[in-house]
Amino acid sequence: MWKNLLDWIEYRIPMMRVANMHALQYPAPKNMNFWYVFGFIATVVLVNQILTGIWLTMNYVPSAEGAFASVEYIMRDVDYGWVLRYMHSTGASAFFVVVYLHMFRGMMYGSYQKPRELLWLFGMFIYLALMAEAFMGYLLPWGQMSYWGAQVIISLFGAIPVIGDDLTLWIRGDYVISGATLNRFFALHVIALPLVIVVLVFLHIVALHEVGSNNPQGINIKHPKGSLKEEEKTKYKIHEYYTEKYDIIDDVVPFFPHIVLKDLVAFTLFCAACAYVIFFNPAMGGLFLEPPNFEPANPLKTPEHIAPVWYFTPFYAILRAVPDKLLGVIAMFGAIVMLALLPWIDRCKVRSVKYRCGFHKLNLAMFVVVFVLLGWLGLKPATPTFTLMSQICTLLYFGFFAFLWLYSKNEKTKPLPARISK
Amino acid sequence: MKNAPVDNGRRRFLTVATSVVGGVGAAGAVVPFIASWNPSAKAKAAGAPVEVNISKIQPGQMLRVEWRGKPVWIVKRTQAMLDELANHEDQLRDSESEVEQQPEYAKNRYRSIEPEIFVAVGICTHLGCSPQYLPDSFSGQIQGVASGFMCPCHGSKFDMSGRVFQSVPAPTNLVVPPHKYLDEKTILVGDDSGVA
Amino acid sequence: MKKLIITFFALLPSLAVAAGGGFSYPLEKANIDLHDKASLQRGAALFVNYCLGCHQMQYQRYQRTAEDLGIPVDIAKDNLIFSDQKVGEQITNAMEKEDSAKWFGKQPPDLTLVSRVRGDDWVYTYLKTFYVDPNKTFKVNNAVFKDVGMPHVLEPLQGTQEAEMVYETLHGEKVLSGIKLTQKEPGALNPEEYDQAVRDLVNFLAYVGEPSKLESHRIGTWVLVFLAVFFVFIYLLKKEYWREVH
Repeated sequence: MWKNLLDWIEYRIPMMRVANMHALQYPAPKNMNFWYVFGFIATVVLVNQILTGIWLTMNYVPSAEGAFASVEYIMRDVDYGWVLRYMHSTGASAFFVVVYLHMFRGMMYGSYQKPRELLWLFGMFIYLALMAEAFMGYLLPWGQMSYWGAQVIISLFGAIPVIGDDLTLWIRGDYVISGATLNRFFALHVIALPLVIVVLVFLHIVALHEVGSNNPQGINIKHPKGSLKEEEKTKYKIHEYYTEKYDIIDDVVPFFPHIVLKDLVAFTLFCAACAYVIFFNPAMGGLFLEPPNFEPANPLKTPEHIAPVWYFTPFYAILRAVPDKLLGVIAMFGAIVMLALLPWIDRCKVRSVKYRCGFHKLNLAMFVVVFVLLGWLGLKPATPTFTLMSQICTLLYFGFFAFLWLYSKNEKTKPLPARISK
Repeated sequence: MKNAPVDNGRRRFLTVATSVVGGVGAAGAVVPFIASWNPSAKAKAAGAPVEVNISKIQPGQMLRVEWRGKPVWIVKRTQAMLDELANHEDQLRDSESEVEQQPEYAKNRYRSIEPEIFVAVGICTHLGCSPQYLPDSFSGQIQGVASGFMCPCHGSKFDMSGRVFQSVPAPTNLVVPPHKYLDEKTILVGDDSGVA
Repeated sequence: MKKLIITFFALLPSLAVAAGGGFSYPLEKANIDLHDKASLQRGAALFVNYCLGCHQMQYQRYQRTAEDLGIPVDIAKDNLIFSDQKVGEQITNAMEKEDSAKWFGKQPPDLTLVSRVRGDDWVYTYLKTFYVDPNKTFKVNNAVFKDVGMPHVLEPLQGTQEAEMVYETLHGEKVLSGIKLTQKEPGALNPEEYDQAVRDLVNFLAYVGEPSKLESHRIGTWVLVFLAVFFVFIYLLKKEYWREVH
């Protein structure tokens, strides 16, 4: 009976074939470590954002007059509205935590290198779309920080020569940020950008499954057809889609259940961390929800200190470090472009940091320190000391890419092992 | 490379147990999504019971109040109206109020607590229009019945206890909302705690 | 290298202080307890008696407040609602925007979320640091909110305070380095009683700022307990499947 139903469906839509190809018989390197759980977690966070987001729109009022009050209405008058709202606000920050770790994993193990350049680029586009999504979402509560944060970011476009002022006017749809801006941001935040992100995530996964997952050793698990002896091939059933073209070495496990179970273990811990924030510390000391945002937007009164939400602060610090409006904006966007260009900046053929030269290890460690420092500086007021520190860090940030480009050409790497394990 | 024997029993037990615990978690996670569809504090405040002063209603007069967004009628029936109720019961669909369209304490001929004061939701049980009150001219609708309610939309007819007449589209009597007397002059529409 | 990084991070806080600049009155700890229903009830009474005349809580409802604070609705009706408002309505007053702007220079802010905007300690210290300043419209000033446009409505309770400004010379400039407050005339409460009254009021404001907090902690504990249980199962299951992988 059950079998008949499955056959009936399979005849009409390739349900089991897709499940086999992309889960049950998908070969994943068995040495994928802790760093490899964040892709899965990011997907679940995306689902959480979409679901809680849909539920929030059921009570949210997208107008300058009603937005702030409707958020408080959700927090107080709607049954469990506060849970939905905190799940959404915590989810936004958690999304960036996960995405940053996910990106760092890629940098550490060279996951952007050939043949994963497009995979990396799709990831960067997701990251960009996510930043736009988060930025527009942050305007919606219509608090002081929402308002003035948006004011500052939109003004960035004013730095573009000739068209700048007209462009900012067009983005706002008014002479100041107003209900018109709020409404278009709402539309983009709840419909347009989520669609873009979902499509990009789909492409990201398609690209991943075409080239296969990288691993901490940075060596291939797919070998040319006929190059492996029978006893070297994996004993797990792997889908013909992969075995037709390649010999799969005995260092893989199927994505389902092995990798999924591993991801779920990490996911449970991740949920516990999120539950702590949602239920015990939703504002996260002002990092996830900023105190001035509990005051309704007031176009006549700027808060004493405007800082974007923490996930934008590294780039915000770079923006402020440059003492020229246009160059600052260019530096800020350039910092993201640099990341996107990594597959071509890094000219080394060895992927994993484990087998690369000592200087690369140091360079990468420095990059992490600089990125975190920039993030911290972006939260602070722009005093002379902090500005100087931001400038040094900005130089070091771009220095990472410059150095990488230079030394990776003829880098002295360690010999790669033939197998992930014996 | 699979040298440890697979313990299928243990594996099956853990799979089932994890799925069950996970299922409980999923059910818990769904709670806020479902619960948030309940009426909010705002809706509940707007739908709170309504106090009505009935001391100023003249015999034969109707007072309309709003409760949960619906018109609620409070009619002070004259003795003639009350006397008439027993005369046409053979023409009614549900003269004994068997269908639960009223609280237990209003399941009588007058469909009310005090015979004189009739409280009903003024919405036709057919398709939701609000019937008209015809205190003197109802006999044009049903011969021999002086007063009643007539729905302008599809012609459903009700007597002075809100009981529906036969051969009209409306299936049931008008709804009597929960209500109680706070004192002789005031009734509370929407709350009958302590009465029923 | 590591040492360098550690030194760098050790330096950060001192840099932050150096970058701050300007005097700010040290905030006192409010030490509130959201579980203390009696304190919350006293705070609510203080709020409706002393604050509600000018400040609203336009997002918070009387009924919810009464239920959360353990006040029976009938008693709340008589003791918290002085206007003809219904118990399901929000805690608002009848002050006209134009009037208030005329009287105070600006509309007194809504206080529903004041504890989340300013922080509990700030509100606590603020309510304790009004001092006599004859130059001001309402003859008072405040140590944490300079040139505040609000009269000291709790003065009958606290009495009056005098301030002594302490200056020090920094880089040849005279800068404010402290404000010393001393009691001038006593109020109806002694200093300890007044501190407790303010603490009650701040406790109430903190509750109203986030009325879901207590429920949130209760649910959150269960969620974490559940996740701990689930973790055991999912971890064992994962181990079971990975046993065969070497």
